[in-house]
This record gives sequence, C-alpha cells and structure tokens, in this order.
Amino acid sequence: MTASQPPEHRPGSEPGRHNLDPHLDRYAARTEGMTASEIRALFAVASRPEVVSLAGGMPNLSALPLDSLSSQMAELIAEDGLVALQYGSAHGVPALREQICEIMALEGITAHPDDVVVTVGSQMGLDMVTRLFCDPGDIVLAEGPSYVGALGSFAAYQAQVVHVAMDDDGLVPEALREALAHADKHGQRVKFLYTIPNFHNPAGVTLAVERRAEILEICRAHDVLVVEDNPYGLLGFDGQTYPALRSNDPDNVVYLGSFSKTFASGLRVGWVLAPHAVREKLVLAAESATLCPPTLNQLVVSRYLSTHDWKGQVKKFRENYRERRDAIVSALEQHMPPGCTWTHPDGGFYVWVTVPEGVDTKAMLPRAVTARVAYASGTGFYADGFGSRQMRLSYCYPTTERIREGVRRLAGVLESEMDLVRTFGSVTTRAVSGPQFPGPDTA
Amino acid sequence: MADRTVAVLAGGLSHERDVSLRSGRRLSAALRGAGLTVVEWDTDAGLLGRLRDERPDAAVVALHGGEGENGSVQTVLEMLGVPFVGTSSQGCRRAWDKPTAKALVREADFATPGWVVLPHSTFRELGAQGVLDAMVDRLGLPLILKPDQGGSALGTQVVRDAAELPTAMVGCFAYGDTVLAEQFVDGIEVAVTVVERDGGPEALPAVEIVPESGVYDYTARYTAGLTDFFAPARLSDAAAKAVGELAVGAHRLLGLRDISRTDAVVAKDGTVQFLEVNLSAGLTETSTVPMAMEAAGTSLGEVFAELVTRAIQRGD
Repeated sequence: MTASQPPEHRPGSEPGRHNLDPHLDRYAARTEGMTASEIRALFAVASRPEVVSLAGGMPNLSALPLDSLSSQMAELIAEDGLVALQYGSAHGVPALREQICEIMALEGITAHPDDVVVTVGSQMGLDMVTRLFCDPGDIVLAEGPSYVGALGSFAAYQAQVVHVAMDDDGLVPEALREALAHADKHGQRVKFLYTIPNFHNPAGVTLAVERRAEILEICRAHDVLVVEDNPYGLLGFDGQTYPALRSNDPDNVVYLGSFSKTFASGLRVGWVLAPHAVREKLVLAAESATLCPPTLNQLVVSRYLSTHDWKGQVKKFRENYRERRDAIVSALEQHMPPGCTWTHPDGGFYVWVTVPEGVDTKAMLPRAVTARVAYASGTGFYADGFGSRQMRLSYCYPTTERIREGVRRLAGVLESEMDLVRTFGSVTTRAVSGPQFPGPDTA
Repeated sequence: MADRTVAVLAGGLSHERDVSLRSGRRLSAALRGAGLTVVEWDTDAGLLGRLRDERPDAAVVALHGGEGENGSVQTVLEMLGVPFVGTSSQGCRRAWDKPTAKALVREADFATPGWVVLPHSTFRELGAQGVLDAMVDRLGLPLILKPDQGGSALGTQVVRDAAELPTAMVGCFAYGDTVLAEQFVDGIEVAVTVVERDGGPEALPAVEIVPESGVYDYTARYTAGLTDFFAPARLSDAAAKAVGELAVGAHRLLGLRDISRTDAVVAKDGTVQFLEVNLSAGLTETSTVPMAMEAAGTSLGEVFAELVTRAIQRGD
C-alpha cells in the first residue's frame, strides 16, 4: 500500500461512528493496561480534606525552612542565573556530583563523582537502567511486594517480574536462590535483582545486615546484576544507617539515590551510581531522554547542601516521621480487628498490613472512600495479581491526629467488610482494569 | 449573555468525583464559548458562602452521584434561591433511586428488565446461598448487579455463572448497602438524551454503545477507543422512535427537568427495555450526551446556554 491509498478500514469511517481515539491501532504493545481505572478514579476523592488519605507517598515538607530557601533561590538567580537557566551536561552538575558522593559515604559507599549520573528523580534512573538492560521478556527479580513505580518501569519495557519473598528481615536469601535456580532450570535470562534494602516501600521492613553479603554473593554466583534503590536510607528513626549493598560490591551493583525524601520531592533530583562502563551508557541514555537534568534544580540542591544544615534538616524529618509511625502503630494496635497483622518500620514512610482471610482490599476500597479514608491496595505492588489481602498505609503526610482518625475509620470499614465476607464466604479478586495505585500527587 | 455568571458545580465527595471534575471542565469551556462568564466551584464547606456572596445568575449541577444527584445540592440551591439547570430536589429524590425509577416506568407500561432489590442484611439474616439461589431462579443468568444508587457503572457487574455471584456481590456492596439485581438483556445498548425546549421535552438522536469488551464498564466508558459509539444509533425508524418515546416518557413520569439521559436496550425481540435515568449525565470527552447534541446539529455550549436562560427565567 502506498501512502496515498486509503486504508481498507479506518476507525470512524462508518456513518455516525464516533472515533474517540484515531490512534488506537498505532499504539505500541507496551501501552496495554494504560486504561481508565475504577480504582484510580477513587483516589480523586482522597485529595479532599474530608478524607484521611493513608494512600499516597508524598513526603511531609512542613519542616523545610521556606524563608531561607526562598532567599537562597533568589540569590542563585541573581548571581548565577545565566548558568542556572541554561542547558547543562547530561552527566549532571560536577559540584553536585561531588556532594552526592559525600552523602553516599554516610552509608559506606566510596565513589568517584565521575561515576554518578544526576537524574530527574531516581525514577528516571530506574527507567534508564531498565532501558539499558531489559529486552521484552527478560526477567527482573523484585521483592514481593515491590515499589509500584519500579513495576511500572519494568512493565513499560515489557520485562517479566518474578517476585522473591520477604520476611521481617527483608529479602529471603533462600527464596532468591530458588527463584534463580528456577530461572536457570527453564533457561530464562535474569537481568537484575531490584531491591529496596532499607525501610522498604511498601513493606516497611529492612534487609538484615547479616543477609546483605549473602544476597550479593548469590547474585554474583548467578551472574545477576543488583539494582539497589535507596531513597529512605537516611530516614532511620534512631539515626541508624545500614551499609549499602553498593559498598560491598562496587562492580555488580547499580545504586539509585534521591533527594526527594531528604530534601524536596518537587525538585525531582536523584542520581545513579554505576560501574564505569554502565555509567557511559547511562549518560547517553539520559541525553536521549531529557538532554540534561534541570540545571536550576541541581544548583538549588547543591547550594542547599553547602549552605544549610541539611543533616539537621534530615533529623527533623526523621523526628516527624517517627512521631507519625508511633501514631499509626498505636492506632493499629488500638483499633484493628483480630486477625490483622502489620509490619513495624524503624524508618521510612510505610506500614504493610495483612487483613483476615477472605477480605479483598481492592474490593473494599470504595467502602473505605465512603467512610472518608483511603489506602493503597496490596495488588498494586505485585506484578502477578497477589496482594489482595494486603494494603499499604502511609503515615508520612497526615498529622498524627488525622492518622489516628484514619485508622479508626479504616477499622470500621474492615469490620463491615468482614461481616460481608462472613455472609458471602471468601471471595476471589474481581478483575479490574487499569492502574490500581494512587498518583504521585496523592497525599 | 456575557454579563451572566454561571456557577458550574463539579467535584464533590462521591465515588464519581473524578468524572464530575472532567464533566465540569468541559461544560465550563463550552459555556464560556457560548459567551457566558463561568465560575467552577467544588461542593465543599465554602460553597454556601460563595453562593451567597457571589450570587451567580444560575448554577449548573455537574456533580455525579451522591449529594449531586440525590436532591441534596438541589435543595440547597432552592433554599438560597439560586436558579439552576436540572431536576428539582423533589424530582431527584424520586428518580435517583434506580429501583424506584424502574417501578414508576413499568407502571406506565414501559418495559424494563425484571429485577430484585436486596440489602446486605437480608443475605446475612436468611443465609446468602439460599437468597442467591432464589435470585437466580427468578431472574435467570446472565444477570447484572448494580448498586441501587450511583452511576458511571461503578460496582456494576455482569454475572454469567452462579459461582461468580458471591464475589460480585461483595464488589457491589462495597459501593452501597443495597444491590439491584436485574435480568441481563442482550441487544443494542443506547443512551437517549432528552432536552426541554419551549415545546416540551425532546429526545435527541439515540447514541448506540458498542463496548469492545462487551461490557460498558468504567474502563470502557472512560478510555477513549475502547467503545464504539454511533450517533444516531443504527436502529430501524420504528425502534429509534420507540427509544425516543421511552426517554421522553421517563423524563415526564419521573418529574425530570431541563435535561436527562435514559439508558435502554433494544432487545433482540425488538422490545425497548428501560434500564435507568441519569439526572446529571456525564459530559466528558467520552460521554454520550455531547455526541447526541452533535448528532442533533447543536452543541454542548448551545444547549446548556439555552437551559441557563430557561433556569434564570424560571427563577426557581
């Protein structure tokens, strides 16, 4: 067929036919699943103040010194505006990369600034790493459950996610061995292990220090790369830090870091620390994705790090989050019906709750929204449909009073749902199309 | 016209907030295009103050579900004396409840699929399996479960196998305490918009709905391209006339005002079956009401600008 010939059938060509998407037959296969979602629509209500949202993951920025930041930003434009408002290198601002190395040293990482690539949030780093390593059908191992944004990136590149079990001490080494042995047996190529070792999103657990070397050893033995995502590492409630996986195996770990939780998520500044050969490709991939990360935002972060007591600020954040963690755990203990269990995070943003047998947290969400409380159903954190008995509660954003009220409401919702399950028996998850998790702007 | 200010009320706290915000944005743009000054307001604690202080010439309720369609917001507008486009509070209370609307329409000799309405407590007290068995005996399979109130197909499920019923029931009860179970009628699904003009309510051309998945659920409604629409519907002249008469009949019977949308099925035996009415139908990019207006040679802005004028003249 030549370009001048009409297609045999063109959507919308029948009389009276309303063609609402003329591009329908042009989309890439990877857009499958990008549809309107009943569950996602419910999160629109969560933005209203009447609703206590325990669904989102927005950092609580209320402790930031806005006056001081405001004048610093004005000074930056006045003194260095022609640089700040200009394109920069895809690699990132050199001074910031040096500061990033100092930050990573707090978790035992020794790195050269040349091996750091600044990204538009660590989400972009995750996207680029997946782009570099994954062909459609390749296997990525990830904890079960795992970060929803990572699952989105893996899906976008049509990688197949195999979940590896966790317990209260994080990723279970034996489960990792079994997953890799299974892949070997079936001739499947595992490209990397994606892991969030510290204060896991959504599970709230931390990988035990004594397991870390074992995890690295298993991956090396199977020639599998490790992608370590560590946005919460400095948010241990007692100021505790854990040795990064990268600190023990610089050649086989790609490390993702972020300023979203330790400074300001809206600036969208993160980074990737990668072995030298990988870094070269990352810079080229970054150029094709964004040309360069925003220079202004990088300079804002750099100036903040050099002029503010940023460690003191992180301590304030930690104290805020610890207060909120205490509130949610005590409210769960006070209100939740028997049969519910939950993790006890010692850092980060999230509690992972398991509800009694038969309750489907995805099916229950409309009832919760009616009761003016929102959470994220566990199914969004698995690529394989599991998680219907789980939910993620985030305590990072609401006040402690709102957290207690939210849990009280949630407990009532759960009691009603358990009553329904007693009436109709255990239910299987109903198929629901489209994304089932809140957007980044959900509190 | 430009000196008239219209408040478009959209958002709210119902499960359909997201759809309502989209309807409100599209309607507001259309009204501005028709020369009106438009303010867009959510229904929150500041609404009463804004209505009192800013005194819009009229309001248009673009809220879907809950307070926006059960007569609550309409009562507030009536108390404050703000003219508004749409059905009065009394009419809303009558038509909002799907089983009530079906009963009234059937009393007027229009056909509607057989149905039963049951609260959760009945299943709990009498035993779920026995009640479900009786439901299937009465309605047959497939059947369709809907919350007794609400729209956008939220909680609505087609059940083809009795084994699916318990899960479907739990999903439906998540949206409300009472379920409407209805016989599933296979046929041509249509949406018929009725607009009141000086000569009385008129049916616009029916819009035929052909979802790719076979079920016009939330995803099929709001994902462009997953449903084919035909406006006018591919119906015989007789069927097109019959669906129009049904929609106008339902509009009158239920005491609706200004604009409504009736959903119906032209069954394989040719009968026209009433499904439900919508008091504040969706006006989004994928909604059928704007398509019907286009098929009638008019537009969203033109129709609603006329309805605003009628509301102001009526004074409420």
